Amino acid sequence: MDNDCIVIGAGVVGAAIARELSRYDLKVAVLEKASDVCEGTSKANSGIVHAGFDAKPGTLKALYNVKGSLMMEQLSRELDFDYKRNGSLVLAFAPEDMDKLNELKDRGIKNGVKDIKILTGDEVKTMEPALSDDVYAALYAPTGGIVCPFGLTLALAENACVNGVSFVFSSEVENIEKTEDGFVVKTGTGEYHARTVINAAGVYADAIHNMVCEDKINITARKGEYCLYDKKVGNLVSSTIFRVPGAMGKGILVTPTVHGNLLIGPTAEDTDDKENVATTAEGIASVIKGGAVSLKSVPGKSVITSFAGLRAHSDKGDFIIGRTSVKGFYDAAGIESPGLSAAPAIGEAIAGMVSEDLGAGLKENFIATRKGIPNMAHADDETRKELIKQDERFATVVCRCELVTEGEIVNAITRPLGATTLDGVKRRTRAGMGRCQSGFCSPTVMGILARELDKPVTEITKHGKGSEFVTDHK
Amino acid sequence: MHKQIVIIGGGPAGLAAAVAAKDSGIDDIVVIERASSPGGILMQCIHNGFGLHTFKEELTGPEYAERFIRKAEERNIEILLSTFAIDITADKTVTCMSRDKGIFTIEADAIILAMGCRERPRGALNTPGYRPAGIYSAGTAQKLVNLEGKMPGSEVVILGSGDIGLIMARRMTLEGAKVKAVAEIMPYSGGLKRNIVQCLDDFSIPLLLSTTVVDIAGKDRVESVTLAKVDEKLNPIPGTEEVVKCDTLLLSCGLLPENELSQQMGVTLSPVTGGPVVDESLETSIEGVFAAGNVLHVHDLVDYVSEEASNAGAKAAEYVKGLSGKAGKGTGYKVETGNGVRYTVPTIIHPEKVSDLTTIRFRVGNVYKNPEICVYIGDRCVIRRKKMICAPGEMEQVVLKKDDIATLKDGETVKVLLENI
Repeated sequence: MDNDCIVIGAGVVGAAIARELSRYDLKVAVLEKASDVCEGTSKANSGIVHAGFDAKPGTLKALYNVKGSLMMEQLSRELDFDYKRNGSLVLAFAPEDMDKLNELKDRGIKNGVKDIKILTGDEVKTMEPALSDDVYAALYAPTGGIVCPFGLTLALAENACVNGVSFVFSSEVENIEKTEDGFVVKTGTGEYHARTVINAAGVYADAIHNMVCEDKINITARKGEYCLYDKKVGNLVSSTIFRVPGAMGKGILVTPTVHGNLLIGPTAEDTDDKENVATTAEGIASVIKGGAVSLKSVPGKSVITSFAGLRAHSDKGDFIIGRTSVKGFYDAAGIESPGLSAAPAIGEAIAGMVSEDLGAGLKENFIATRKGIPNMAHADDETRKELIKQDERFATVVCRCELVTEGEIVNAITRPLGATTLDGVKRRTRAGMGRCQSGFCSPTVMGILARELDKPVTEITKHGKGSEFVTDHK
Repeated sequence: MHKQIVIIGGGPAGLAAAVAAKDSGIDDIVVIERASSPGGILMQCIHNGFGLHTFKEELTGPEYAERFIRKAEERNIEILLSTFAIDITADKTVTCMSRDKGIFTIEADAIILAMGCRERPRGALNTPGYRPAGIYSAGTAQKLVNLEGKMPGSEVVILGSGDIGLIMARRMTLEGAKVKAVAEIMPYSGGLKRNIVQCLDDFSIPLLLSTTVVDIAGKDRVESVTLAKVDEKLNPIPGTEEVVKCDTLLLSCGLLPENELSQQMGVTLSPVTGGPVVDESLETSIEGVFAAGNVLHVHDLVDYVSEEASNAGAKAAEYVKGLSGKAGKGTGYKVETGNGVRYTVPTIIHPEKVSDLTTIRFRVGNVYKNPEICVYIGDRCVIRRKKMICAPGEMEQVVLKKDDIATLKDGETVKVLLENI
């Protein structure tokens, strides 16, 4: 048997599971169909660490959300990713909304969310002057936070990698066979054997589950569209602003991102195509309309990009986590919101079950911390000088909007699980994430990737094979 | 380090400003340039048509730049290459970063902002669809083709008819690509007439006015775009959609003055141009800080960039020599826009500081046939000039005489407007 565990999917949940499994004396591989970690749902979401008042008490969503949210701060220090506890507000616009607001508050208290309270309209408007005059009251949860979803996923994956987990990219799982002592997982790039398989396949978790289990599950892709705004308006609000929720989710939220942009979204629309991350004119219009309910005015001119992500919505309405009807096969399925918040706790729980079932002990040499890529934009001058002294490439600015240097980009490419694509560099360093959206830096980043990976620039891609940028002149 | 004049940007504006400042008697000048050679965006503009006004001949971009680079060299003007200005404070301290020097600061007596502009990206347009490879701003594609020697695609649709888009329609065609259409959301082109003739008409590339991209298909690489006609309010008209197969979408949808550094130091910006608010001396809201070229407002012709920047250089030199500004100046008179005129540069005039002639540059907001360009000082019409056509894509200018400006009385303004429209 090659592996003790195969994790399918290198999103935030797969990465969290891999990282927690790497604490144990186990041989672990992660299979990912895309060319990098964090290429699916994990790369296109709200980046919110929910306080935990939303999920119904007793559900897995509530359990893992509250746990994960409590783990996030320490994890951000151990693994060096951007996380901020900025607090969250759920707005009510009329006296009729108060029942719902009180229900959320009671849920929060039952779920163990700390310091949660209801504020009057005036209190809310003093706290957040950019909010609509129509705000009647709000539920305030100071423990709500924001996180960089790429930063979190990459940190977990890199740390798993450093602790011996192997990652196999561009390997879509085609079939899983149960054998006497484990599983054979067939992918486009080969067969992998393992005693256990953990399903963290996002919107495809139903397909993976149904390859193995008789009791079928169904995951619907629920599309959410977002607009991202310039850092110039990033401080329009300081908390994450929700509204009293509806049937399809929490509605359109307005939030600062951990990097100082303003984010408005998501919409919620079910789609049959699990690759459908296209934005639509209607979607963008409803994002703007939704933002305009919470805000006095939406800074329309300052939009720098729009994008869409897919939530993995289970028919059961709750996370599907843990052991299944088939021994050795575990699910982490139906992970929609608050999945990002819950991921660290899901990772811990699954790793606990798997290690128990396999009788694995903890490793002695587990490395619990990870240092991120140096960040010239936010470093003080002393740190900047020190970095340039060590490597003068930290003095060459490649992305002018986000102030990302060649030193940072080379680091992103050459570190464990390094970037191999333009999107990979972008998510690791923010090069190309600013207001010019890579117009200025993309040719340079392509050149650096080609040089560091020793490939012709014609083979450099946006996000894997088929997304090449340039050809040679004919 | 201390310098009398620090110029941010070594493109056409920065070089012309440096040369003029030097010729006005200031020796202690440094130009900060982030690229490894001076010349700015001109270095990738290998087509001709530059310098008709300045040199009375048709030069390519690099040739035009070369003229000014040589002038700077002849004058021993210091240009710090591969050096990035990362911060400027209101007291005119510039923080820079380079491989040779690490992080260092320069205290300046005067600063000339000459950072140029950038292209509006797809995201700012909120164009729906997928986000595959194959979507480039026209300038990025120009860089790839002309400087990197690579082809960004083979079947191309161009959104926006700005000048770079038009130039790239021809360039891509000459390099063997098929440019299927240039779509322009407005009922008129944003580019120069001569570029429409020489870059589209001569190559039979259709210019589709009142047309925009409403969808982009292709998960990995662009596979097609959907074009649709728009109504007067620029909203797509249902039923007019047409899918055009292509692997590349180039965007030429406007240029944005690049004023992040100006904002950091607290310079007041115009919401119309996106550039600093300046007076007749091209001095910004911060004393001793001047601006010229595309950082101030987007130009069509580099000749006018050079001319404007020369003026800024001379005025900065005067400022440093204590000839103007430092003694304090009056609030000045407003330059207002009227009928059809979108903005002017400058927007403030100090009669005590004007030279013999003061150029006011402006753009109109729509296409006007046979208008009269009029300038009023108070209620006195001092300029009335007939034009066959005025269009948003072509910058206009009027030149005011010192004597006329001297007649301004308290409470009066200078007004630039179109009549007979």
